[in-house]
Amino acid sequence: MTGSTAVGSAAGGAPPAAELRGITKRFGPVLAVDGVDLALERGTVHAVVGENGAGKSTLMSVLYGLHRPDAGQVLRDGREVRLGSPLDAIAAGLGMVHQHFRLFGSLTVAENVVYRAEPARFGVLDRRAAQERVAELSARIGLDVDPTARVDTLPLGVRQRVEILKALHRRAEVLILDEPTAVLTPGEVDSLFVVVRRMAEQGTTVALVTHKVREVLEVTDRVTVLRDGVVTARLTTAQTTAGEIVEAMIGRGLVPAVNPRGAVRGDPVLEVDGLRMPAAPGASRVQDVSLRVSAGEVVGIAGVSGNGQRELVEAVVGLRRPESGGVRLHGRDLAGLGVRERRRLGIAYVPEDRQGMGTAASLSVADNLALGHHRTPPIGRRGRLSPRALRAQAAELVRRLGVKTAGVAVPVSSLSGGNAQKVVLARELHHEAPLLVVEQPTQGVDVGAGEEIHRLLLDVRSRGGAVLLVSYEITELRALADRVLVMLDGAVTAELDAAEATEEVLGAAMVQAGRAGSPAGSASGGGER
Amino acid sequence: MDVLNLAFVAAVLTSAAPVLYAALGGALCGRAGVFNIALEGQLLWGAFTAVAVSWWSGNPWLGVLAAVAATAVFSLVLAVGAVAFRADPIIVAVGMNLLALGLTGFVMREALGATGTFAPAGLPGLPDLDVLDGVPVLGPVLGRATVLVPLALVLAVVLSLWLARTSIGLRLRGVGEHPEAATSLGVPVTRYQMATVVVAGALCGLGGAQLSLGTVTAFTENMTAGRGWVAVAAVMLAVSRPLWVLGACLLFGAAEAWGFRLQGIGLPQQLTDAAPYLVTLVVLVLSRIRVRRRLRAADPVAAESAAHPETALHPEEPR
Repeated sequence: MTGSTAVGSAAGGAPPAAELRGITKRFGPVLAVDGVDLALERGTVHAVVGENGAGKSTLMSVLYGLHRPDAGQVLRDGREVRLGSPLDAIAAGLGMVHQHFRLFGSLTVAENVVYRAEPARFGVLDRRAAQERVAELSARIGLDVDPTARVDTLPLGVRQRVEILKALHRRAEVLILDEPTAVLTPGEVDSLFVVVRRMAEQGTTVALVTHKVREVLEVTDRVTVLRDGVVTARLTTAQTTAGEIVEAMIGRGLVPAVNPRGAVRGDPVLEVDGLRMPAAPGASRVQDVSLRVSAGEVVGIAGVSGNGQRELVEAVVGLRRPESGGVRLHGRDLAGLGVRERRRLGIAYVPEDRQGMGTAASLSVADNLALGHHRTPPIGRRGRLSPRALRAQAAELVRRLGVKTAGVAVPVSSLSGGNAQKVVLARELHHEAPLLVVEQPTQGVDVGAGEEIHRLLLDVRSRGGAVLLVSYEITELRALADRVLVMLDGAVTAELDAAEATEEVLGAAMVQAGRAGSPAGSASGGGER
Repeated sequence: MDVLNLAFVAAVLTSAAPVLYAALGGALCGRAGVFNIALEGQLLWGAFTAVAVSWWSGNPWLGVLAAVAATAVFSLVLAVGAVAFRADPIIVAVGMNLLALGLTGFVMREALGATGTFAPAGLPGLPDLDVLDGVPVLGPVLGRATVLVPLALVLAVVLSLWLARTSIGLRLRGVGEHPEAATSLGVPVTRYQMATVVVAGALCGLGGAQLSLGTVTAFTENMTAGRGWVAVAAVMLAVSRPLWVLGACLLFGAAEAWGFRLQGIGLPQQLTDAAPYLVTLVVLVLSRIRVRRRLRAADPVAAESAAHPETALHPEEPR
């Protein structure tokens, strides 16, 4: 947000690099985008924000030729262009980095970048030229990418850079980044933003599609907010606030859920002592982790992904056997007990991988809500399910948590991220287990729904439940946790009271104990391995 | 060099060549993202056409050409059915394999008037590489083989380089790996896949011709006897890499040649004939175990739930 003044106005009366005029797009009866104007000034970073379903993706798909608008025009440098496919968009100097990357995993970085636009002599690929091209492009925007590395060996943050290089190799002057930070660690986010600013300085126009307000304030020059397919605000980043953006996004003010703290702490519910676990590939081995979560307490686990948090959680919920060390629930040793026994004893679990582990995507909302409770009455009796009880319970939970769904019989895969997460939470909270283990509860979830999820977690705390919360989002940990433990290389390297856990302190502890306050550029090294 | 050993190498190469052609075709298809298990039927179709045209024309080379052309045409069934019309490639391929078996038997009876085996006196086969006689090493190894045998080895290398080093090869690899991504960059995925299937058909034609005009000079009903399936196994084993395919096929060739040797020392033929298939089975199982280990290393939870009995046997393994 700083250092972005006067960008864009330098061009004087020049037309915007890309402009959408009066775009309307309908999918069947649904009006996804309704008469939207959007001007992307040359060399600016322009945030396109809104909740899921607000129409921002549809709008960008129109700009990239993926959808044809029902009405309206697309202009490049003031001239109208007709985009029948992404190929037309590429030819018109547009590029897009999709949320789900479109890379060839078994090919090298250089091969991915030059694919279909290869330097070649008589049909024989000029590998050196390809590698030099990648090196040249990455140097230009300050990226560090090995052109000869196989893409599937690279962390997500680096794969994203490959996508950016792909667009630049095709001479994209307008680059659309669709939810680029959804898959990144905090360190990777910082270095992405450095790259985005660098590109803008060099004259590339960037459209950043996001629903994270913090990112908007951090890296963009202009903001266009969409809600229900129409523009609800056009703002200049330097002159706006998070509150103003959020209000335009959700149509109401947002009171963030915050842990009231200071409540009386109960007896210990979960005790982990001297836990050691072998390393999974790409992660650290867990070494000698001890922690305690008491009734009425939220303990946050902070850290960059892959520092042993996953392994710790798996040991607690019974997915993986530790090498040594004990896990106790209400003083009872859980050694040798599997997931099912532990759930019965009172451990509820909201996993990070919502699609793969948290839900059975093709099953209905009602079935998903019953999973794990299907052996207990009234739903299951002597091995038989009662469809009526199952539906009744589902209807009740959907109503209580405000899950937006077309009904309890539709598959969970038809729900938005936030609503699917509410289904998982509803299931896990339903039996009021004394311990709730939750990973990344608001990943890929809208601001509004995220706030509701935060409230649900704090409700668990106030009814005397114990919560072990793993999150990579510092703001989330600060809002919810009573205490925060920082994990680095498989060990707990810091334990902070909520009051001490400021963003700076946590951020520094997550990257490296001792190397405090390292700025974005150098943090990338820590973020990626 | 021991003449006996060189003779063994020669036997290995001759046994491996037809399988290698089919497997190279299968590997190309694998790279393009089409699972081609119609290799058996195409090999058989090629073998039959080669013999039939060689007999009618009196020229074995015309037989080879016809086999290539006819099998390429036959492969259009897969190209059109599974690629253009998006039918299940397994089902289309099973149909092709059954069709080839039935059709070759039928046409042999109706047009050539033979049942079981067609090997008339004067059926022209492909000539051996007599020119190599007297050349050390090459002579004993390739002198009694047709030119199609060394050509298969050369093709394995050429295809490997072609995939790795050319623009079209790169695009083909991309097509198989992530068709949506290739499409989004303007590569006509369907066209690439159809062309690859047809090229694979042509390769199977060569393999069939080598089998019926080179290895022997005859056509027998179902003479491929599972070689196309061995080729499918080789493709899977080699993860569609041409040079690995070469290695796998040489292994199967060695098993077959070794089987003949065991017959020589008095083992029953039924047993020795099973040697290549046994080797295929063992190698597939071993490679599967290797894959599972790798999976487990990458994602212990998933692998553990998938292979619970095994982890119970080796609880110390996942590290």
